[in-house]
Amino acid sequence: MLLAIDTSAGTSVAVVDRDRGVLAEFSEHDTRRHSEVIGTLIAEALKASGIEVAALSGVAVGMGPGPFTGLRVGIAAARAFAFGAGKPVVPVVSHDAIAFAALEGMKRAPGSIAAAVPHPLLVVSDARRREVYWSAYSGSDEQGLPIRVAGPGLARPDDLPNLPELTGRDGSSSRAGGFDRYERLDADAVSAAALGMFAESLYLHRRPFAGPDALYLRAPDVTMSAGPKRVS
Amino acid sequence: MSTVHPKPGSAASASMILPQGSVAHRQEPLILGIETSCDETGIGIVRGSTLLANVITSSMDEHARYGGVVPEVAARAHLEALEPALRAALAEAGVTLAELDAIAVTSGPGLSGALMVGVGAAKALAVALDKPIYAVNHLVGHVGADVLRTDGTSIELPTIALLVSGGHTSLLLVRDLVSDVELLGETIDDAAGEAFDKVARLLGLPYPGGPHIDRVAEGGDPKAIRFPRGLSQSKDMAKHRYDFSFSGLKTAVARWVEAKRDAGEDVPMADVAASFREAVADILLTKALAACAAYGIPRLLLGGGVVANARIRELAAERCAAAGVELRIPPLELCTDNGAMIAALGAQLVQAGFPPSTLDFSADSTLPVTTIQA
Ligand SMILES: [Zn+2]
Repeated sequence: MLLAIDTSAGTSVAVVDRDRGVLAEFSEHDTRRHSEVIGTLIAEALKASGIEVAALSGVAVGMGPGPFTGLRVGIAAARAFAFGAGKPVVPVVSHDAIAFAALEGMKRAPGSIAAAVPHPLLVVSDARRREVYWSAYSGSDEQGLPIRVAGPGLARPDDLPNLPELTGRDGSSSRAGGFDRYERLDADAVSAAALGMFAESLYLHRRPFAGPDALYLRAPDVTMSAGPKRVS
Repeated sequence: MSTVHPKPGSAASASMILPQGSVAHRQEPLILGIETSCDETGIGIVRGSTLLANVITSSMDEHARYGGVVPEVAARAHLEALEPALRAALAEAGVTLAELDAIAVTSGPGLSGALMVGVGAAKALAVALDKPIYAVNHLVGHVGADVLRTDGTSIELPTIALLVSGGHTSLLLVRDLVSDVELLGETIDDAAGEAFDKVARLLGLPYPGGPHIDRVAEGGDPKAIRFPRGLSQSKDMAKHRYDFSFSGLKTAVARWVEAKRDAGEDVPMADVAASFREAVADILLTKALAACAAYGIPRLLLGGGVVANARIRELAAERCAAAGVELRIPPLELCTDNGAMIAALGAQLVQAGFPPSTLDFSADSTLPVTTIQA
């Protein structure tokens, strides 16, 4: 049983269970109200799910990529909630949750084994400043988990189809001619329910979670001073 | 204790979704305070007006190469510092999360992205623990720090409060800590702390400027150069009697230094630093004491990181003594931004019987001082 939080786009909070599926999900699409709505959405999701904090096994959180001001609110909330509840944080790449839902991993019975489905998929989300975040998937594996072959990255939209060859997880490289043959999925929301179910599947199949750091993909905006300027 | 009112149209009733407003110990509440308005991640724990822990993690070193606080760098640092600071504060106080009566958090004013980290974390922590949350004003928190003094004295109200840091320069009239604070004036451009940083850079001194200006000013003549006192002329009195301006002062120092260098002369660093520092201290205290006189309030409280400046403290003591004004300066670690002052203000609100904030408050970078609790 997981509380799942993602603020890489809007704000989405869910309570999910590996066996019972999505127990509650509440989302706010507005990308400027993360810190305002986060507390209420968590409280609402818990209430609607009927799950006690003590019954959770962890807190899944989308680590991005996403615009940093909002992204950070969800990570801060997940860490603080987990600290308060005495539960582990389960970091997940937000784009993986989008791919997981798109590749129908959500529809499969947990733990079921089926054939891998090849399905070149390019998940793209808005990074503002006329750039996009992207992640490329070759399809889903036998467990229905998306296979990320490149990304997450940051690019100008025009550069996307021409990004250089992709390197597979096994280190093999395939000249794919950029992302031309990938189905492009432009996502403007990340579902915490999908994120949570994806995290449950990762756990079930003993797959690694994401790293502990926020996927900002951009250095902070700073202008290095060139020393004091003359005023006279 | 009291009911909270859901905003019209909210999906669920407040009683269903909010941590309940009953604070177990109204007299000596155990409060954890979270402060992330600028570049210090502060977690403090108080029981009533007794300080139990005050853990401060500063990202100052990361800003040093930029010569000033970079908001995004500060916000990233808060995210990483929060949990270790929470752990350290609980250990220092020797209390558990379960024992807390409420969480208090700075909701403004401050750097927006930085505030949001603390607000997001505080709300989630409050929900996880099912504890009430108090969203409080950072500036009033600086005043609230004074209740944590251990010398047995307690703050007497009303008081004038001068709060000076790298992020704010404000003059307040505090009639009641939890219900009546008025903004008399504030800086219309740079904060005083920023002026120290900018002049330090100009003199080739490292960031943060305050301690380095202090060091270089040692032995300098504070009267060597008459730098301007911003907004101190009679024409300024109508609109800006209690406001401050430091950008003209910074420019005046730059001009003076450039003229010296252009003339091929050595810049008398000690005199420049001492004269600049004197100009800042003079205008701050002139206006603060003018407010004391105008409002008939013989009490002045200082707060904010710039209070660490030795000359400002010294001049404050001199001028207050001469004017018959009682001067209060909380211990330095409670003057700089910290979570204990936020916890202390939260405790005052609990003790006064105020209901908790609703969970939907926002991080407000321009929260007015009249909003003591959001
Ligand atoms: Zn401050």
